[in-house]
Amino acid sequence: MRRIIAILMENEPGALSRVVGLFSQRGYNIDTLTVAPTEDRTLSRLTLTTTGDEKIIEQITKQLNKLLDVVKVVDLTEGTYIERELMLIKVRALGDQRAEIKRCTDIFRGQIVDVSATSYTIQVAGEGDKLDAFITTLPEGDVVEVVRSGISGIARGEKSLKL
Amino acid sequence: MELLSGGDILIRALREAGVKHLWGYPGGAALHIYDAIFRQADVRHILVRHEQAAVHAADGYARVTGEVGAVLVTSGPGATNAITGIATAAMDSIPLVVISGQVVQERIGDDAFQETDMIGISRPVVKHSFLVKRAEDIAETVAKAFYIAASGRPGPVVIDIPKDVTDPNRKVPYHYPDKVKIRSYQPTTKGHSGQIKRAVKELISARRPVIYAGGGVILGEASTQLRELARMLNFPVTNTLMGLGSYPGSDRQFLGMLGMHGTFEANTAMHHSDVILAVGARFDDRVTNTPAKFCPSATIIHIDVDPTSISKTVRADIPIVGSCDVILQDIIDQVRASSRKPDQVAIGQWWQQIDEWRARHGLYTAPRHEPSGGEIIKPQDVVKALYKVTKGKAFITSDVGQHQMFAAQYYLFDKPRQWANSGGLGTMGYGLPAAMGVKMAFPDDDVACVTGEGSIQMCIQELSTCTQHQLPVKIINLNNQALGMVKQWQDMQYGSRYSHILYEDSLPDFVKLAEAYGHVGMRVDRFEELEEKLEACFALKDRTVFLDINVDPTEHVYPMHIAPNGSMRDLWLSKTERT
Repeated sequence: MRRIIAILMENEPGALSRVVGLFSQRGYNIDTLTVAPTEDRTLSRLTLTTTGDEKIIEQITKQLNKLLDVVKVVDLTEGTYIERELMLIKVRALGDQRAEIKRCTDIFRGQIVDVSATSYTIQVAGEGDKLDAFITTLPEGDVVEVVRSGISGIARGEKSLKL
Repeated sequence: MELLSGGDILIRALREAGVKHLWGYPGGAALHIYDAIFRQADVRHILVRHEQAAVHAADGYARVTGEVGAVLVTSGPGATNAITGIATAAMDSIPLVVISGQVVQERIGDDAFQETDMIGISRPVVKHSFLVKRAEDIAETVAKAFYIAASGRPGPVVIDIPKDVTDPNRKVPYHYPDKVKIRSYQPTTKGHSGQIKRAVKELISARRPVIYAGGGVILGEASTQLRELARMLNFPVTNTLMGLGSYPGSDRQFLGMLGMHGTFEANTAMHHSDVILAVGARFDDRVTNTPAKFCPSATIIHIDVDPTSISKTVRADIPIVGSCDVILQDIIDQVRASSRKPDQVAIGQWWQQIDEWRARHGLYTAPRHEPSGGEIIKPQDVVKALYKVTKGKAFITSDVGQHQMFAAQYYLFDKPRQWANSGGLGTMGYGLPAAMGVKMAFPDDDVACVTGEGSIQMCIQELSTCTQHQLPVKIINLNNQALGMVKQWQDMQYGSRYSHILYEDSLPDFVKLAEAYGHVGMRVDRFEELEEKLEACFALKDRTVFLDINVDPTEHVYPMHIAPNGSMRDLWLSKTERT
């Protein structure tokens, strides 16, 4: 089962390698990983998605908690949550296609963030499925480059992950 | 505030952290530190012959004293040589602080001479690690490292210090913190009260209970509570390899070690139990045999300071996270206060059953091997004789292989911290340097390293360290002319095809080798002279003695779990007999 795990950790050199190393060392999967400092500069917030049965997920959360640099761990998928991923996609856009691509971008609430004589660069945010769906609306063979941020997640309601 | 250089700060901080002995080996990146060592007398440095041995020695020291062992190595090969020792300590949860020199910060990443990424290379085998970038941070880092190493589930901590940080020409204020606080690290001590209540209820209503106690009982200083609880309830106790000594080996309630080479009665009792109280043990694969077939009718209560150990391989019905001593004390108090008492009739019947198993196949009650005679010395009889000659009071270290299992089976450890061996990682070469660490801690006690001609050669250079630092340990070499445990597996599973386990007459003359290092060497070929030579060996209080004992090369270690797909009770009892 797919899980989204949110981690608050010390913003120290080497902290990220401990988290990543744990996954490879113990044979767990990382599907996506995002990390950046938080409003408190001493802390980094990391969101990772992984898959595994209940026993593996239990071990993953326990092992993460055991890392000295990790301050807090929450499995967002245990409650209700919001997940978002940002995608930047460069497509070939010529002639009539330009209008069609613009329409699709609007439907998906994306934005064209860069334009050249032969291409558009489009920004789309949303859940992974939505980003997948957007790619399929584009003429096959015209996608030049795709960059996805990996998933960031946050719990719904008043629950928060902080010190 | 006093101004000191980084090197001086480091040594001062180590002293403040309680370090009396520092095991190490110098080199370029550690030279400022070594100069600081030269200029003081509080911390004694012991020069070893290989960095692996420095870590094992500190580890042996830590295991028998309960203190944190301290190691100092240089960068590059010094650091990588230490890795095996660090991994050994990590697997057995031994508190160590390993300080490694590093190239100057300016050169880090340049593939400088003797540069290696110690933080990276040690990451999977440490509890935590630090790279110190400023002399100002050394003292606090040392304080944190010792706190982390010793608290919660203990383990090794690495401090990597670039050479410029210990520059003698740069002096900064020295301040060692009184207290260490790490916001992301707060080990649990007290157990969950609701879970403890449930555990007490299960224990009182148990009809076929077993207490399965591991190394965590020793590390958590919970032996007193374990003994009290076991006696109060009249429950049988078994120990893991790491737990030996946490319950007296010679006590009637002790079933011996469990697991792959555990006793028939311990493994069989576990299999048929209805309640298992696991304390400071981690359901290792060398204990459980096939996890899916592990103790089918047992309710499992699992006490451990490390939450990741719980339900990792075998699901715990009642998990309790916290310190073993604190939780066992809570259980003792609640059992005592309870109006319900264990059903002594049921427990009596259970003991009757266990005694019957013991009488049938017990390691100590029925001989599990042909006794020695004439020229043939059985390795088991060497350990029995060692036990007799040392009156069961010696500190025993061991290497890895058949001799290790014989030592674990036949030396009855009555005290915690009496036995040091590499249980988790299974590191050949551990025994001799660990014995040096033990001897340093307890110079007036007998310290014996039970080893084999394979393992001893992995760190034999330390015989020289024994000479230099007057460490009169006794080396009991069970010489069977082969890598015995591998040979046993080749006998049992590979049609006795002895692939690369024989030395083809290349073994050294260990007696002469010992003498070359300035020690006493003795050879034992006949069973009749075994005890007398052992007596002579231990009578030489101030000498390191190498006892090279020619043992039966055909002997196997039994009992042995039948694998794969076996349960706890599926055992080979001899080469031909199985359950």
